[in-house]
Amino acid sequence: MSRIGRAEVERIGHLARLRLEEGEAEALARDLDAILGYAAELGAVDTAGASEARSGAALATPLREDRPAPWPGLEQALANAPDADGTAFLVPQVLEGEEEG
Amino acid sequence: MAEPLETVAALRRALDAGATTSAELVERALARADALQPRLGAFVGLRAAGARREAAEADAQRGRREARSALHGIPVALKDNIAQAGEPCGCASRVLEGYVSPFDATLVERLRAVGAVVIGRTNMDEFAMGSSTEHSRHGPTRNPWDLARSPGGSSGGSAAAVAAGIVPLAFGSDTGGSIRQPAAFTGIVGLKPGYGRVSRYGLVAFASSLDQIGPLARTAEDCADALDAISGHDPRDSTSLREPPTRTREALGGDVAGLVVGLPREYLGGDGCDPEVARAVEEAARELEKAGVTLRECSLPHTRHAVATYYLICTAEASSNLARFDGVRYGRRAEGAAGLTEMYERSRSEGFGREVKRRILLGTYVLSAGYYDAYYRKAQQVRALLRRDFEEAFASCDALLTPTTPEIAFALGERTGDPLRMYLSDVYTVSVNLAGVPAVSLPCGFSRGLPIGLQLIGRAGSDATPLRLADAFQRRTDHHLCRPELPA
Repeated sequence: MSRIGRAEVERIGHLARLRLEEGEAEALARDLDAILGYAAELGAVDTAGASEARSGAALATPLREDRPAPWPGLEQALANAPDADGTAFLVPQVLEGEEEG
Repeated sequence: MAEPLETVAALRRALDAGATTSAELVERALARADALQPRLGAFVGLRAAGARREAAEADAQRGRREARSALHGIPVALKDNIAQAGEPCGCASRVLEGYVSPFDATLVERLRAVGAVVIGRTNMDEFAMGSSTEHSRHGPTRNPWDLARSPGGSSGGSAAAVAAGIVPLAFGSDTGGSIRQPAAFTGIVGLKPGYGRVSRYGLVAFASSLDQIGPLARTAEDCADALDAISGHDPRDSTSLREPPTRTREALGGDVAGLVVGLPREYLGGDGCDPEVARAVEEAARELEKAGVTLRECSLPHTRHAVATYYLICTAEASSNLARFDGVRYGRRAEGAAGLTEMYERSRSEGFGREVKRRILLGTYVLSAGYYDAYYRKAQQVRALLRRDFEEAFASCDALLTPTTPEIAFALGERTGDPLRMYLSDVYTVSVNLAGVPAVSLPCGFSRGLPIGLQLIGRAGSDATPLRLADAFQRRTDHHLCRPELPA
């Protein structure tokens, strides 16, 4: 049974902000279906009592105080911007009348 | 063509004896990199002017008897996902076209501090996602042992540069085997330190609970010197261990008598392993036994679930980490988008290659409503079981011995059409990252003229033990002295 088809890949693509071409979505749907089919074996593993391992080392999430520190500076931060104006990154129009929140 | 460079240790002796200079070594490395580039494609950029300046500085320091370390004046190369101030850091991706890093990675700061000279950036699979160095906007890197084959990946450029004698030492990143598998395929030594051992500040993140920076070199001894130079706590990486730099080099010396080495039956008895690889690895185990090591069969019972677990977790983390490439602050922006969403979507779709898109989509899917429990949470639980497997094995063993890969280097183009098959080639390396433990790959023989990799895995916190064993093995064998024939 197919786990994931073209429509599902396009839905996920929108969540991930990826726009897929016609043939691309179908090929990716086939790949993802094969990979998820393989990963489905995990469903049969008895994980009762297994904690969730969030990282490789047994680390507590280390917290620290915020401390201001010098940084390369505004000019360098903006040097890589595709488009900038003064002290700001420029982007295309934000309000497009769709579901952007 | 310039002669190949030997080991860090040999070059250091030559420098100390006044038989060569850092300037001369850097010239040889640059000339050899240039000469081999059309055939190997190991580099994506050289920094000749900067390297020459730093080599001259290193020589001046040496003249004043201020040589600071084992790596002083030694030419090295870095994978294209490690930030160097004023240099591109492209991750072999179109999405980072034109990007120039405003800062140095901690790795780079530490290499500079000990006088190592970075000559250039090496090729990789885009964003370190791949096992063959074919998913690169620059084209593939080729294996110096057979130009029709892959050098492995994703740190294939770093591995090829060392194997071809361009540099004696290079650095890569290992999320699921990306240092060890290319080291195995190219007949060199690759170390994935334990999680948190080396700061990742300035390493472009792929899967943050798995990523680790490490060295590739010809010998375990050189890897130990490199680890000692780059490890140690860094407050800028919150996962960095609160420990001083390692002192693994002083633990080497050839005496490994009394160490207990486990042979996990799931790795050695598996039917997916090439018989010649299995035979070479078994012979390597017997060689260590002759050195006084006790071999003990053991079990890592959840091994067969490691690849599935790994690909669910690493893609989930990647989908989040790669959200930052949106065409706003850096990198490539699609032209002429009517609005913000279209700009995001087109910049990302035009910028990312097929494998990266595949992984972002898979990761987004396993984290999305309705699938999180079935895939992502389940994978985290199985990960905990895999970690427990290692803890139980290490209760009675000091290290574990396995093949690094189930087979020798595969042909370029052989697996790019079948992602699942490509993923399955990581079967012996991913568990190590899921468990966060250190492991080293080293050459232990040849099959059909191509190198075979032996993996030695240490317990958490014991990065020195696998290096000690690897060093003892290299003192007793000569696989690491074999060189590929590269016509001038």
